[in-house]
Amino acid sequence: MSLSFSEQAKKEIEKILKTYPDKRSATLPILHLAQREFGAVSAEVEQLVADSLDLPIIKVREVLTFYTLLKKEAGGRYHLQVCRNLSCTMSGGQRLLDFISQRLALAPGETSADGKFTLTTVECLGACQLAPLMQLNDRYLGELTEDKIEAILAEPEKWV
Amino acid sequence: MGVKIISAGFDIEGFHRLQVYLAHEGYQALRKVLTSMTPSQVTEEVIKSNLRGLGGAGFPAGRKWSFVPKDSPKPKYLVINADEGEPGTFKDRLILLNTPHMLIEGILIAAYAIGAAKVYIYIRGEYTEPAKVIGQALEEVRANNYLGQHILGTDFSLDVVIHRGAGAYICGEETALLESLEGKKGWPRLKPPFPALVGLFDCPTVINNVETIAFLPAIINRGWKWFADLGTERNGGTRLFCVSGSVNRPGVYELPMGTPLREIIYEQAGGIKGDKSLKAVIPGGSSAPVLSRDQIDVKMDFDSLMAAGSMAGSGGIIVMDEDTCMPHALWVLTRFYAHESCGQCTPCREGTGWMEKVLRRILDGTGRPEDPENLLRIAHNIMGNTICPLGDAAALPVISFLEKFANEFDFHISQHRCDIEGV
Ligand SMILES: Cc1cc2nc3c(=O)[nH]c(=O)nc-3n(C[C@H](O)[C@H](O)[C@H](O)COP(=O)(O)O)c2cc1C
Ligand code: SF4
Ligand code: FES
Repeated sequence: MSLSFSEQAKKEIEKILKTYPDKRSATLPILHLAQREFGAVSAEVEQLVADSLDLPIIKVREVLTFYTLLKKEAGGRYHLQVCRNLSCTMSGGQRLLDFISQRLALAPGETSADGKFTLTTVECLGACQLAPLMQLNDRYLGELTEDKIEAILAEPEKWV
Repeated sequence: MGVKIISAGFDIEGFHRLQVYLAHEGYQALRKVLTSMTPSQVTEEVIKSNLRGLGGAGFPAGRKWSFVPKDSPKPKYLVINADEGEPGTFKDRLILLNTPHMLIEGILIAAYAIGAAKVYIYIRGEYTEPAKVIGQALEEVRANNYLGQHILGTDFSLDVVIHRGAGAYICGEETALLESLEGKKGWPRLKPPFPALVGLFDCPTVINNVETIAFLPAIINRGWKWFADLGTERNGGTRLFCVSGSVNRPGVYELPMGTPLREIIYEQAGGIKGDKSLKAVIPGGSSAPVLSRDQIDVKMDFDSLMAAGSMAGSGGIIVMDEDTCMPHALWVLTRFYAHESCGQCTPCREGTGWMEKVLRRILDGTGRPEDPENLLRIAHNIMGNTICPLGDAAALPVISFLEKFANEFDFHISQHRCDIEGV
């Protein structure tokens, strides 16, 4: 039953390892890859990553727990990440966060019971000209209004 | 119309493609450098151009390169800082998306000048699309011998690798970035030694911001004098100013170094939203001390802003109108620094957390009369007592907001409420 990387992932790992003079440097890229492959970096996945890097698991954990984009548990299918930094707050970002929170009945940090949505706040996304802004999975969605958010929540698959 | 160097490419259809870039003088600077200039001539040209580092610190780019030892037996590295995390800054993302070949040509020029055979582009984890675009551009140049072995038939070879971050503002700090690249958590290193001597994998390393590097092709093509003359004394060229907050036209505006802040806000960005009046401006990313409305005739270059008691930083201009609650704005920023402190130094780890809590209670109407003093004391205890500049970056806004907008903090504390509706 033990977990393993797909053949394609293994090839990719080989390629990644060649781009650094030492294996440890490949920790972040391989964690990214593992997260893509398994949806999250569980304890089992963490061990797999450590093995592929010939590193003690503690070295992988040090990295895993430091970076906010790496996750130990998978969240909802649609991850709403609302920017809470200054330019977005000044453009009504806080009000929109409250609005989303109310519409989904989720506090920031929570995932809906059906596993559809996760709501979190994030710091400046580097696109303040589009404030107020959020990231839906990988996609930046800016100049948000209540109407636009309604449309996004109704059919998130069209916006990712 | 003023001179546009990088942003000229933002408006050209398909400029991110090699063929289109080639049709606009693309890779001619590279050819010139490889066929007619020595590495020290390139460095000399960049020193004379007065190109400053545009990631935040403003260190003269050519001078930084000149610290790399020429006789070191170790490999040398060039690292591109595309971590863009300073709140209020959004220019590197546009360069990566729209003018990736300008960046790549700049990388080739810089790598040639310092003698690097390998380059890492450290790009923030959230920038999925920009990473894809720059990745495609790299494939294009590899396929056409502008990158790889024996570039353009010369002895020069170069390898470029994209390394994606994973959500940590501190990794924009150059030594934290190196740690992160080495597969560790992003804890800044004590300096000295400086990365030019002991950097990535203990080898000599130059770290430059995306925008800094993207200016290089133009400097080589048009010459140092042309570039230097665009700006002010010791601040060459143009830069990409990012304007956000309470303005009618938020966006990126490429203007000469030294353009007055007033002109950027009122002419370029269309003035204050809703015809309100201006209250305050953060002129160089969230770490820069705030300016009051009567300071906006300042020239936007590194030296003038320093003389005005602030910083040119990353070029992020955050405009606040009369309805902005300054204690709230400061709390948002302080919460950010408390969240992003790597936790390595006690004054920063504890101090940012305390400042956030004190500001929160001021906003909640339970502030104490001694709180402004408390905040200042904590901020001054951080200043100068930490490993990296994030500590100062957290303390400076606190000090400047309290100094310039003391009345708003006092109102919250004595009246237990905000003097402004909304937010
Ligand atoms: C907390 C902190 C965050 C930083 N973030 C960035 C960043 O996101 N991008 C960047 O280019 N420089 C950033 N810097 C500045 C870098 O440390 C470094 O000075 C810069 O990358 C050097 O490039 P330049 O000389 O071309 O500006 C940051 C500095 C600090 C202290
Ligand atoms: S100043 Fe703050 S962010 Fe910088 S090293 Fe110290 S604790 Fe970390
Ligand atoms: S403040 Fe929200 S993207 Fe910058």
